[in-house]
Amino acid sequence: MTNQPLLSIRDFSLDFDTFDGVYHAIDDVNIDLHAGEALGIVGETGCGKSVTAKSILQLLPSPPARVTSGEIWLDGENFLTLDAKSIQKKRGIDVSMIFQDPMTYLNPVFTIGQQLVDVILAHQRLKPTADRINKAAAKTRAIELLERVRLPNPERQFDSYPHELSGGMRQRILIAQALSGRPKILIADEPTTALDVTIQAQILELIKDLIDELGLSVILITHDLGVVASICTRVIIMYAGQVIEDASVNEIFGNPRHPYTKGLLAAVPHPTQHASTLTGIPGSLPNLLNPPSGCRFRERCPLVQEKCSERPGWTTLSDHHGIACWEFSEEKHA
Amino acid sequence: MLDINDLKVHFDTSKPLKRKTIVKAVNGINLSLAKGDALGLVGESGSGKSTIGKAILHLVPITSGSIKIDGFETNPLNRKTERELRRRAQMIFQDPHSALNPRLPILRSVAEPLVLHADLRGSELRAKVAELLETVGLPSQFLYRYPHELSGGQKQRVCIARAIALNPELLILDEPTSALDVSVQAQILEFLKELQTKFSLSFLFISHDLSVIRHLCNRVAVMYLGEIVEEGLTTDIFHSPKHPYTQALLNAVPFPQAKQPHREAPLTGDIPSPVDLPTGCNFYTRCPKMMKGTCETTSPILSELSESQKVACHLHS
Amino acid sequence: MNNVSTKITHLTWRQRHHSTIRAVRLYARTFARNGSAMFGLFLVMLIVITAIIAPWIVPYPEDAIGAVHMDLKLMPPSWDHWFGTDEVGNDVFTRVIMGTRITLQIACTVTGVAILIGVPLGMIAVYTGGYTQEVIMRITDIFLGVPGLILAIAIVGALGPGIINAMLALSLVWWPGYVRLVQAKTLSIKNDIYVQAAQSMGAKRLRIVFIHILPNCSSPIIVKASMDMGMSILGAASLGFLGLGAQPPEPEWGSMISIARNYLPDWWWYSFFPGLAIFLTVMGFNLLGDGLRDILDPRHRE
Repeated sequence: MTNQPLLSIRDFSLDFDTFDGVYHAIDDVNIDLHAGEALGIVGETGCGKSVTAKSILQLLPSPPARVTSGEIWLDGENFLTLDAKSIQKKRGIDVSMIFQDPMTYLNPVFTIGQQLVDVILAHQRLKPTADRINKAAAKTRAIELLERVRLPNPERQFDSYPHELSGGMRQRILIAQALSGRPKILIADEPTTALDVTIQAQILELIKDLIDELGLSVILITHDLGVVASICTRVIIMYAGQVIEDASVNEIFGNPRHPYTKGLLAAVPHPTQHASTLTGIPGSLPNLLNPPSGCRFRERCPLVQEKCSERPGWTTLSDHHGIACWEFSEEKHA
Repeated sequence: MLDINDLKVHFDTSKPLKRKTIVKAVNGINLSLAKGDALGLVGESGSGKSTIGKAILHLVPITSGSIKIDGFETNPLNRKTERELRRRAQMIFQDPHSALNPRLPILRSVAEPLVLHADLRGSELRAKVAELLETVGLPSQFLYRYPHELSGGQKQRVCIARAIALNPELLILDEPTSALDVSVQAQILEFLKELQTKFSLSFLFISHDLSVIRHLCNRVAVMYLGEIVEEGLTTDIFHSPKHPYTQALLNAVPFPQAKQPHREAPLTGDIPSPVDLPTGCNFYTRCPKMMKGTCETTSPILSELSESQKVACHLHS
Repeated sequence: MNNVSTKITHLTWRQRHHSTIRAVRLYARTFARNGSAMFGLFLVMLIVITAIIAPWIVPYPEDAIGAVHMDLKLMPPSWDHWFGTDEVGNDVFTRVIMGTRITLQIACTVTGVAILIGVPLGMIAVYTGGYTQEVIMRITDIFLGVPGLILAIAIVGALGPGIINAMLALSLVWWPGYVRLVQAKTLSIKNDIYVQAAQSMGAKRLRIVFIHILPNCSSPIIVKASMDMGMSILGAASLGFLGLGAQPPEPEWGSMISIARNYLPDWWWYSFFPGLAIFLTVMGFNLLGDGLRDILDPRHRE
């Protein structure tokens, strides 16, 4: 873990200007992604997981979004300082993204094959002329990609329209598009939330294989702890715009430390072990228009103490485990 | 308490001048639910599980079959049976946000069943609604709030308050927590459980989430393409699922734990269209244990395996 | 139980109406930030107030009902006659100001009648379905297919010119738009879950229509009504211009321009000021409608 991270988000904060005031969506977030890693970002609605991911490629409309501080480093470039034209060249080439509802991202009036070829040809424009491929080669490559994402009968499906395909197949098309620029990083934003469990299992299996076969680094954004457990190696838990725990999958599920992480795990019903009661987390998310000072979880926290009105620093518990909580900070033990 | 016999719900979706298309959403279902039971109806999208819930309340036209509540037949519906049905059975919908009229304050939303059936007015009505809100754990200031000012969990509590206003015997819950965050889901599930014991309600719990069903229900029916493929006590179904589809469903659920159990390869393919049902067993196109010559020609019937477990599969007949 | 009811009575008026107050504030602030909408509101307010107090502020009230002062005919704008005078020596300012009354009367009647016919028909169409819906919608289509003004001209032509007949004719061609709007909106709201929930609790059709559907399609109706106020003024002026609407000496803008056009360009003020009045009124209602759409349509909020 000491080696240079592939993607590094430093001290990142972002606000939304809304009618009711400034919404402090992201507060001082630090995230590292290492090569070949499958990182899960988990949290509930409004925790900022999606906003963080979309910020990497500047996908949030601004206004209302406004980055207030931070850097996002990839390949020695700070993505936050790139202008619209340069970031466009990074999309799909360095970082690709797939989303929850594939239908919204496919154009209903073109065949999926056409759309895939278009994306491939669009990527050619960035290459030196000698390396560019023509339309026929792009089609071959498109079919290869469709095979890669294990779409049944790729040659035949090449000419079908998005509405003729099932949700699972459309998500495969989107993954194929995302892979077409040979990105280093794939960001998957709730890729299976809209799918049935048996289809979800297929897509997760596919993403897992892509990590192994292509050496892809993946950021998986989800609210589902089960999904994270089945494909990720490391997990980041976010709450109300802050990263509160960052650990390997084994640590998060085997040895969760932050009271919020523990609360989340106790709230999920388990498919095989029967728990007599589920303990939810009392209270509700703080209003980020006017967030509590210090630890944003403190109003719901069973371990709350006086210190919590100050922002807890980052404490490294072990090589694979970090946490933002006063309960575990060194100052307390010192 | 609830007795469904050979229920069929077919939708005619034909367009003029085109081939006749009939969606067989529910295709011959038998279900029974005793007082105080919680029956989980599980299946993927397109399995027809939600349609059953809506059919019980006549929110979709019923093609054929009988639905008895407390022994009285509700199909076809007449003036008298409708009144009885509306009092005794209530439904809670998936998305609490769209289940509340955005133009009505909470008071008037929760008051709706009371106005329709209990003939309460004025301060009496207000007091009753405030009492209901208290039951579901919401302060009485909420009487005058509008849905968009409440969080998802609060809205779902409002919906629950509305559903229990008339002390119904049957509560149909159509994915009541799938639009909510896990920590809120846990609160709502626990609350529903409490409610069930307190008022000895019968639950028909419709969900795609096996873990949630397992937590809340004592019996489960697994649906695939408009038919029940397996039914029984929750413990039996989860410990020894007999139908290959039930097995595949359980196998596909991701576990929230570091060590993932050994998994079979996931099912391949998609659910066939309910317009063109496969011949024979509905599941044979995806079944890993398909037996050539039997499964694609004859459809299996739901038969008792033990006293507490029924399955519709040729492997077990 | 007692406890609970006392708690409610202890809520102050402010607490009980907290949400409404907040919503009104939000609307007011969004609207106030929208410059063109505020300008529209200003124009509309100006016209409405003018119409109310017109008889007391005009300098020559008798000029609005057909006085003749041939000695003063076609005088250019001056201190005594701000907008000049017309061919029979009437004060144009007086006639334009008095014209606001007729204009608003026409606009309100036409829009009101159109809503009263269109909205119920749209809902009946959805809620009866089948044959009745087909009949209502096809008749609507036929009306929408014929250019409105031409149909209005034909109707007035058959009934004979006059302000009442003009209003009648415009109302008759104006309602189909509301049927379309309400039918489309009702069709989508009918499938909303809260309507299903109400059905599942045993709410009857009338209750569903009045409590659940009508309030939820009021926003687009209000917006359309505001726009239609302006458009019907234009329609009435056109009929007046063609000599089919208000008859001289009634101070109606359209008919004033109709006569005034013979005196162009030398006696420009005669047609310019009524024209300006029409322009400002129609623009006012359109800008107001645009502003209302911005605050009432939730897609434009948040």
